[in-house]
Amino acid sequence: MTSILAVDDSASMRQMVSFTLKGAGYEVIEAADGVEALNIAKGKSVNLVITDVNMPNMDGISLIRELRGLPSYKFTPLLMLTTESGADKKQAGKAAGATGWIVKPFNPDQLLATIKKVLG
Amino acid sequence: MSIDMAQFHQVFFEESFEGLDIMENGLLNMDPGTIDDEEINAIFRAAHSIKGGSGTFGFSDISRFTHVMETLLDEMRDGRRTITADAIDVLLRSVDVLREMLSVTRDNRELDGQKVQAHKAELEKVLHDKSDAVLSASNAQPVDVEDKVSAVQQVGWHIVFRPLPQIMRTGNDPLRILRELADLGELEADCDLSALPSWSGYEAEDFYLSWDLHLYGDISRAALDDIFAWIEDECELAVMPMHAETPERSAVCGALSEPSGNDRNGAVKGTELQEVTPVPERRSGQDRRSKQDRRGSDRRKPSAGSAGSSIRVDISKIDSLINMVGELVITQSMLSLLGEDFSLDKLERLKDGLSQLERHTRELQESVMQVRMLPISFTFSRFPRLVHDLSSKMGKKIDLQMTGENTEVDKTVIEKIGDPLVHLVRNSLDHGIEMPEERLAAGKQETGIITLNAFHKGGNIVIEIRDDGRGLNRDKIEKKAVERDLISPEHNLSDRQIYELIFQAGFSTADVVSDVSGRGVGMDVVRKNINELGGSIEIESATGKGSAIIIRLPLTLAILDGQTVTVGNETYIVPLVSIIESIQLKEAQIKRVGGRGETFKLRDEYLPILRLHDLFGIAKPNATRLDEGLLVVVEGDGRHCGLFVDELLGQQQVVIKSLEANYQRVVGISGATILGDGSVSLILDIPGLLRLVNNQDADGLRESA
Repeated sequence: MTSILAVDDSASMRQMVSFTLKGAGYEVIEAADGVEALNIAKGKSVNLVITDVNMPNMDGISLIRELRGLPSYKFTPLLMLTTESGADKKQAGKAAGATGWIVKPFNPDQLLATIKKVLG
Repeated sequence: MSIDMAQFHQVFFEESFEGLDIMENGLLNMDPGTIDDEEINAIFRAAHSIKGGSGTFGFSDISRFTHVMETLLDEMRDGRRTITADAIDVLLRSVDVLREMLSVTRDNRELDGQKVQAHKAELEKVLHDKSDAVLSASNAQPVDVEDKVSAVQQVGWHIVFRPLPQIMRTGNDPLRILRELADLGELEADCDLSALPSWSGYEAEDFYLSWDLHLYGDISRAALDDIFAWIEDECELAVMPMHAETPERSAVCGALSEPSGNDRNGAVKGTELQEVTPVPERRSGQDRRSKQDRRGSDRRKPSAGSAGSSIRVDISKIDSLINMVGELVITQSMLSLLGEDFSLDKLERLKDGLSQLERHTRELQESVMQVRMLPISFTFSRFPRLVHDLSSKMGKKIDLQMTGENTEVDKTVIEKIGDPLVHLVRNSLDHGIEMPEERLAAGKQETGIITLNAFHKGGNIVIEIRDDGRGLNRDKIEKKAVERDLISPEHNLSDRQIYELIFQAGFSTADVVSDVSGRGVGMDVVRKNINELGGSIEIESATGKGSAIIIRLPLTLAILDGQTVTVGNETYIVPLVSIIESIQLKEAQIKRVGGRGETFKLRDEYLPILRLHDLFGIAKPNATRLDEGLLVVVEGDGRHCGLFVDELLGQQQVVIKSLEANYQRVVGISGATILGDGSVSLILDIPGLLRLVNNQDADGLRESA
């Protein structure tokens, strides 16, 4: 099954993302911050990572940088969730190796559409 | 929208309220002029999450309001704005407004739009205060990329798309881009293989293909930009309206040289892709919807009825529960195996099994109780703000110290103890702590200290509110009590008994201790609330040095350690916490007072005797003479009395069943329980019984007067 790692410090966002993706038949693993996500990603290869940017312990951009440095995540789609005001964040994310971004606020359909496109 | 977002609302509200608490605490800890990175980051994150969540879940008012706060915080975080006391103040009030907006939204009530607007304007004023550059940044509203300028007479777009070699290393896949383009219209793609090196020079991780694309259809430029947005920096791209002579003036990115030799063999037909993709899409879409429908209807019911009555449980608690249930299942299967062909020689094993069962049941019970336990910080967390606001209003300097915030108490306690604690802390602030000058004159530190402390002590939770203020004014209380005919002028009451008087209904603390006007709740209500929780309250005070209120609460409200006692054929439960000792009376200790019933002498005190068989009208008690039965000496609300019973049985934990919910309220009885043999036993309400005794005293006094 296609597995997705969803990283967000907000439980409601995490639930929404996770519920939406599970409903579409993906396996979803949740993490509350970058450190937790990195540990999970190291232990198990996931097919896609979707992460919030502002998080305690390790933010989304650092997480993307760390992940992109791992051999098994060289080509994995890494998406970040940003707000409309985050143009510089997008750039920072791209520089760290992000595949792309999903702009908050988004609804489940937009999320699914994007994920589907990326995973093909 | 095919997914019912309402199912996430409760979690959203919960975490938003938590976020507000974080913001509030952070703001209170912030010193004007200095930036504590960690603090401001935490505050910013909380605001950011609330904004993101409210936008996603469709609460646009909240999202817009938080956006302004977030912008302000962002500037503070980046050091573009100095943190002034005013700004903190405005932000603190914004937290309040936001809290109200959230609870109004949660409860589906009408929002006071004017108030919100007024406050938002205030926030924006602060925001626009300093520099105009700031203003333009903050005005950046959510960008709505709905560019419908183009493509009316156009037949489509000619796109030259040349990915850079490293494109794959960002997780992007040019094939995905082609697929997305094919979704928009009819796509003709010519692949350019000319850049492919020979095998010896081939880098597996690099990308060598590029495309010359013709996309037919009424497609907006924005839709194309969206598709290429992620890979702007990883490709050379030229987008030209088809049949137009000039290439687009604002090419999305990258300079571009003329496309070179096309290789027809590598062409990918967009139509082929279109035929393939819709199938899995439709299927997964339906899957999702049908699952969602089921879950959605399941969940709607509880969320409609009981908003906000969920509880967050530490995952380790759940794990230990599951673990325990596992043990229980093993024991159960062992016992049923034993029962299949039982013979007397297996009696020993049966006993073992049963004792195991007992142990596991008890452990399970304890673990389940743990689920209801929350740290008292849920209640304590509101006090820094309260003290901050009140002390600045009254011109006092107060340092609030809190310890034991992680002490866990029952959820019901958390819910019910809040208001009484607020009252007590306000009392300390109002009446306890003196004005700075007064303190200095009394040789104390200018800044008064209020301590909130919670800890476990012998099966109880103790919450203390201490201050180092002036203490209770014994003389004033005494005078007032005499005025109100509560005590006779020639009483001989101890200090403690005098202090107890402030718990009397209608005994306005404002009149007694200071001249600050009284508030809605009196100390009698505080005491009533705490009694309802099965707890007790006590006062300590030293004139000029300070006072302390000590609240004792049972660990849990669902289970109680009880002593079973019998009177005639009835069995009663006396809560173990209220029992001081049990004694057998000797005739010499008993003293009968005319018209006031019986008392007995215990050490140097005379205590009233309450005969349970009289009180509950039990026809045939085994003991009617006081030296035949036993006397259980109990304590409640600081008073003592002896309960006369036939016999003491064992001590055991009992599960409390509400009498009010199942029958009706009965004076002197706090609930019922079901004993091991299936019979119902009533649980005695000791403070209630003591009040009964005192009223009889009072009646007796009045009659004799």
